[in-house]
Amino acid sequence: MATLAPIATAPVERLHETWEARPGLYGILGTVDHKTIGKRYLVTALIFLVLGGIEALVMRVQLTHSDTHLLSPDAYNQLFSMHGITMIFWYASPILSGFSNYIWPLMLGSRDMAYPRVNALSYWTFLASGIFIYTALAIGQAPNDGWFGYAPMSLRAYNPGLNMDFYALGLLFLTVSTTVGAINFIGTVMKMRAPGMSLNRLPIFVYGTMTVSFSVLFSLPALTAASVFLFFERRFGMHFFDAAQGGSPLLWQHLFWILGHPWVYIIVLPAMGMVSEMIPTFSRRPLVGYPYVALSTIATGLIGFGVWVHHMFATGLPAVSMSFFSGASFLITIPSAIAVFAWIATMWLGRPVWRTPMLFCAGFVVLFVIGGVSGVVTAAVPFDWQVTDTYFVVAHIHYVLIGINVFPVIGAFYYWIPKMTGRMMNETLGKWNFWTMFIGFNLGFFPMHIAGLLGMPRRVYTYPASSGWDTVNLITTIGAFVFAVGVLLFVINFFVSRRSGAFAGSNPWDAGTLEWSMESPPPPYNFAVIPIIRSRLPLWEGQLGDDTPGLVPGEGPSHITEGAVLAEGRETFGTSPLEAEPLHVLHMPEDSLFPFLLAVAMLATAYGLVFSAWWLAILGGLGMLACLVGWLWPRHLVTGERA
Amino acid sequence: MTTTAYDRTIPLGVHEGRAPGWWAMVWTIATEAALFAFLLFSFFYLGSQSRSPWPPSGPLALKLSLPNTIILILSSIAYAWGERGIRAGDRARLRLGLAIAFILGLIFIIIQGIEWSNQPFGARDGAFGSLFYTITGFHGAHVVVGLLMNILVQIWAARGTFTRESHLAVTNAGMYWHFVDVVWLFVFASLYISPRLG
Repeated sequence: MATLAPIATAPVERLHETWEARPGLYGILGTVDHKTIGKRYLVTALIFLVLGGIEALVMRVQLTHSDTHLLSPDAYNQLFSMHGITMIFWYASPILSGFSNYIWPLMLGSRDMAYPRVNALSYWTFLASGIFIYTALAIGQAPNDGWFGYAPMSLRAYNPGLNMDFYALGLLFLTVSTTVGAINFIGTVMKMRAPGMSLNRLPIFVYGTMTVSFSVLFSLPALTAASVFLFFERRFGMHFFDAAQGGSPLLWQHLFWILGHPWVYIIVLPAMGMVSEMIPTFSRRPLVGYPYVALSTIATGLIGFGVWVHHMFATGLPAVSMSFFSGASFLITIPSAIAVFAWIATMWLGRPVWRTPMLFCAGFVVLFVIGGVSGVVTAAVPFDWQVTDTYFVVAHIHYVLIGINVFPVIGAFYYWIPKMTGRMMNETLGKWNFWTMFIGFNLGFFPMHIAGLLGMPRRVYTYPASSGWDTVNLITTIGAFVFAVGVLLFVINFFVSRRSGAFAGSNPWDAGTLEWSMESPPPPYNFAVIPIIRSRLPLWEGQLGDDTPGLVPGEGPSHITEGAVLAEGRETFGTSPLEAEPLHVLHMPEDSLFPFLLAVAMLATAYGLVFSAWWLAILGGLGMLACLVGWLWPRHLVTGERA
Repeated sequence: MTTTAYDRTIPLGVHEGRAPGWWAMVWTIATEAALFAFLLFSFFYLGSQSRSPWPPSGPLALKLSLPNTIILILSSIAYAWGERGIRAGDRARLRLGLAIAFILGLIFIIIQGIEWSNQPFGARDGAFGSLFYTITGFHGAHVVVGLLMNILVQIWAARGTFTRESHLAVTNAGMYWHFVDVVWLFVFASLYISPRLG
């Protein structure tokens, strides 16, 4: 019988020993602790943000004046392609996976994710695929056909180097990481919630990541198919995109954008979810319209599958097709607008406290509205024809991706770093950080709208003086550097906080969700006792009383300081998908080297394929097989009952 | 203050509801199914735009492929029969079912190899050939993975890993095997049957 034990009597030392990673190299490479994996994800993704940012700054130097020849056209092609690929695939989605990995179990009241070793695999393949794609840049053969790699430019006849082979294989490799990560998130949300955390008590952040995990499962295979086709066509002389042989360049565009547009939501919905966690905390009241925000999150994920053709309005598709996708593109603004109004209403009805995370959230709302407006106008086909492939679209994509991803992400760092490290970030430096980024961003990217309307095409390595685009480009370059200084301030603040930040305590923001209930940084086992959840904001039940959302009269309050101990091994509850009834005690896996070794074997295979070193590819393949067999080999039988 | 929050015993191990590992296989299959959907989408997309005959040398022969389809279905049935055995605690029946499923799956792969060598077109002879070999190759790779799973489950069964209550690996490998079977029906209907309907 699992009875409630008070936290004071929990065998904390035994839990610590059970859950701590082993010392030494084995522990470093073999750890399955979601907190370690989450932090690695965050740091690695930030490194990719810096790499992509440096690529952007080099391009901005080139574009400051007309007729600059600092970069050759070929080098410029590689830079803008790597910039886009890095930011969209190796930064924007993994950084959100990092936050989800770190925070989910703490928020959900679990001791780990559903599949801890899969979680480790997800990180190692993310890192290995990043190393793989940057090998291409190191040897001067980076992808050079833009982040969406259109055919026929991507085909061997026009692009004979290894550039696009790296592109196809690198994206395929990353697909492994993203897919297994998505399965892990879905499994976690279905099985690993604290008893009582029913669907109507889930934080919006969880809804965000859960929704996009489903999007990943059903949209990412389109990219898998496209990348395989591309590699086969380039390497083995097959025909998928070559019109002369019965293929079609538009097949690539369809497959790419069937993934590409859902991907836009994949890299924004969890970020919007983080905002939905931060705004209530700093507005000192629960989120307004919680069910509508949750449902609009799911609706956005669903409608996101029906808008991909709006990237292809200029390709000569039938009018009826364009009308349908134009309509869907207008429709998708409705759930986004619901979320925006919910955030504004929460601030309006609350008592906002303007700490740094809140500034980033407010900045995000402003940029989201601008980026939304510049997006919705391009849902109109005639306007899209006017601005397609110009800097107007570049401005739009950056308002959306930086506005809805980078601003919430930096805000979320300010918000959750105290939980991760136990120390606060500096508030004054934080405000400088925000305003530098906000001003730099708008200075840099707003003029791009004008450059686009003036007719400046994207992806030109330079432009003639007679075009009259010098002034807007100069302003953009200045803004880009100011923005970069803002990001640098964040990095400085992080290191300052590590050395001398004020101690955070368990709940520095007086927030309402479960991750603020344990000490900071959290112990390896997360929860000394598994809590029982009776409302949406368990830590605010004291202040809000019966008004706490999700509280059901007669069920009593949440139990946080007492609950089941589960300390006979690596144990946590498995709960039912809807109501989070505890069904079983799950025995969680120990540290394992197999995820790391599997990623190494995949990296070897990828190098073998790209350099046509078939022996290496075969060796890697056999290594993968051996790792999987070792991984799956049953180690113990689980039977019996546990008190 | 209540003394217990759970009105019943919470057992160790999964006895009711579904284990996390079961869900992992379900979602793996879901995303794999999406992959095949996109492969077949590509087939129909290029087929609908083709200006030359599709397939280039007339509809593909059913002489081998139709019996082969039936062999794969029988393999799935054999697996299900074995799995029902372990659900009743009958380990011998499980092992027999696995073995029959394996042999039928192997026959399917061998016949697929013959089928490949029989085609009048190669993988480089235009879009149809490229798609045919890529899609059937993807499916064949999935069959091979299913066969490898079958071998592992067979080894574990021989070692006595599975009981009436605890045999998730049997269930998971079975779900995968049935999935590979169902996908073949879609591949077969698309590549072999659909060009005959035009």
